Amino acid sequence: MKKIPIIIRREYLSRVKKRSFIVMTILGPILMAAMMIVPIFIAQMSDETKTIAVADESGIFYKRFPDTENIKFVYLNTNIKVLKDSFERNKFYAILYLPAEVVSKPSTATMYSDKMPSISVKAYIENVLKKEMESMKLTSSGVDKNILDSIETNINLSTTLLKGKGLEEKSNSEVSTFLGLFAGIMIYMFIFLFGTQVMRGVIEEKTSRIIEVVISSVKPFQLMMGKIIGIALVGLTQFLLWIILTFTLVTVAQTSLPDTFKFSKKENIMFGNSKIMTKDQAAQLNSEKQYKNQEVHEMLESIGNIDFTVMILAFLFYFLFGYLLYAALFAAVGSAVDSEADTQQFMLPITIPLIFAIIMSQFVINNPEGPVAFWLSMIPFTSPIIMLIRIPFGVPTTQIILSAALLVGGFILCTWFAGKIYRTGILMYGKKVSYKELWKWMTYKS
Amino acid sequence: MDLFNAVNVTKRFANHTALDKVSISVPPQSIFGLLGPNGAGKTTLIRIINQITGPDEGELFLNGQKLKPSDVELIGYLPEERGLYKKMKVGEQALYLAQLKGLSKSVAMKKLKYWFEKFEIQAWWGRKVEELSKGMQQKVQFIVTILHDPKLLIFDEPFSGFDPINVNLLRDEILNLRSNGATIIFSTHNMASVEELCDHIALINKSKKILEGSVKDVRKQFRSDTYELDMLHASGEIQQAFGNDVLLVDERKEDEITHIKVKTIIGRNELLQKMIPLGEIQSFKEVIPSMNDIFISLVQKDTKEQSN
Repeated sequence: MKKIPIIIRREYLSRVKKRSFIVMTILGPILMAAMMIVPIFIAQMSDETKTIAVADESGIFYKRFPDTENIKFVYLNTNIKVLKDSFERNKFYAILYLPAEVVSKPSTATMYSDKMPSISVKAYIENVLKKEMESMKLTSSGVDKNILDSIETNINLSTTLLKGKGLEEKSNSEVSTFLGLFAGIMIYMFIFLFGTQVMRGVIEEKTSRIIEVVISSVKPFQLMMGKIIGIALVGLTQFLLWIILTFTLVTVAQTSLPDTFKFSKKENIMFGNSKIMTKDQAAQLNSEKQYKNQEVHEMLESIGNIDFTVMILAFLFYFLFGYLLYAALFAAVGSAVDSEADTQQFMLPITIPLIFAIIMSQFVINNPEGPVAFWLSMIPFTSPIIMLIRIPFGVPTTQIILSAALLVGGFILCTWFAGKIYRTGILMYGKKVSYKELWKWMTYKS
Repeated sequence: MDLFNAVNVTKRFANHTALDKVSISVPPQSIFGLLGPNGAGKTTLIRIINQITGPDEGELFLNGQKLKPSDVELIGYLPEERGLYKKMKVGEQALYLAQLKGLSKSVAMKKLKYWFEKFEIQAWWGRKVEELSKGMQQKVQFIVTILHDPKLLIFDEPFSGFDPINVNLLRDEILNLRSNGATIIFSTHNMASVEELCDHIALINKSKKILEGSVKDVRKQFRSDTYELDMLHASGEIQQAFGNDVLLVDERKEDEITHIKVKTIIGRNELLQKMIPLGEIQSFKEVIPSMNDIFISLVQKDTKEQSN
């Protein structure tokens, strides 16, 4: 067993010294940072002001459309026909035509434009119209204007977890969703990225025929484990460097572009893309600032309440063991084929549970305590992804322990079977291997 | 006492038996030829000796002790299908493989330095393996195989891929290793090199050992009482002069010399007496079968018998 460290060392160093590793390590955080920053800039750039001409024949909607950051309304008394004819010249984004009978027949309201108006603009106008007409109808049936104003309510259900013993904790399901999904997808990516590295390594040893020399010195199982652990360390190294570099980059960016980041924090990162999902935006418009501040405050509070120690520990644990479990399978696949082109048929059963877990993440987020979430977070093949999605929502400790134990057990079992396939596979050449064959290898006595 | 013994080793695969009760005895400080046609089971036997696979039945002994996992450090193996990590540097790679055989880094370094100098390949130390020619890679591989001073060396077709100069270099090295105390199992299809190098041989055909012994004994055993004579100014009917005791196998005239090949049961002197009247004898020698002939005739005979 003293030879495993020698193997780990080679597997680790030969990868870390590669140019592609260094490039990926440097590019990774830049790409990540770019993924966060670029949309903000794009959002800002594309937010040129759109001017919408309102041709209001009914005369009720004069100055009723509040201007927003990027939509401006001009109210014109010009005939709609003339307006339409002069559309090109006036450089309007769209013309909103409200005929005299619009209140009795709301469907007569029309928007004219030379291109499809954006959904957010359309939704905004629809919303304002709806609200205006509703309040008009309410006023005309004798409801006081003051009452109307006081009706306007913003609901933002704040959630608080009861932690027993009188402890309460503010939580926020948006933050949990984001964190859970992010961690789950990271695990998925890492398992694939480094699992295929294991597979390639095995195929390389097989095709270059060095395998026979090596296993005349060490046991095949030692070689397999050395490779898997070596590559795990490569993954952890890369991960660590990414975290350090990303933090550095973000800190540098924050100090040099403070305004952009304040803006982005409020609007883009926290809210997803509120500019597109504007069904509710108009309704919230009046109290938007206040509302947002409240929500930001709540999110910050709930972020503070998420146990990051647990989160990071869980991430490391599930990443490591999820990877180990799958890496053993990847190694077995690599040993059973002669070239990477032949891996397809055996890759399928490995990729299906991973992809299944990603697909099921939607259900899990909707119901993180449900039976689907529970079982998927117990089965070792899906638990690394699903459990991480669940953890920000709060998972009973007993379940975490059970799931972790099952994962470790699954890893040991998988490695044992994979080792048997590996041992036979690495010495097989020029033979198309079937599943039946693999089963035979697994059941050979040692 | 033999350095290595395999006793009744049997190995079965799913649809066939690769080795059927094969036993071999390898005396110390000798070169032992492991011969046999393709697919006979040689590679399986070699893999079993290297503990790459285990036998289904039978036992293996190294130095009279049962073979144990740590013995891989006493064995050096140069497989027929050989390769190195292509992207790795020559020196690093040699060091790595030596460490896997149990050498410490500093010892491995010292020995590698010696061998790289001896083979005049120091300049390759920092180069990647993929930049080397096939012959160069083989040299590196040979060094790696013998670096840890193994007691038992196993060479599977060691000369393939080498030019004649390097074949000579390698052959001298192998003989050196033997005189320095190593025992060598040598598997090859090149029968000329078997005659040249091997002290003992075993012949395996269709998973069974069909012959084992010292090369000298084997060749004696397959003596067919055939003699070759070169005669100056041969005259008259040769077969008639011999009578029934001698069978003329071949007669060829080349200028004034006649090459004659005969098979006989009578003694050499008697044969010579019968020959002298026919002309002037220039040379006379017994035809000892080459390993090549023995190999071919035995394998063909055995294969025929088994299929009957």
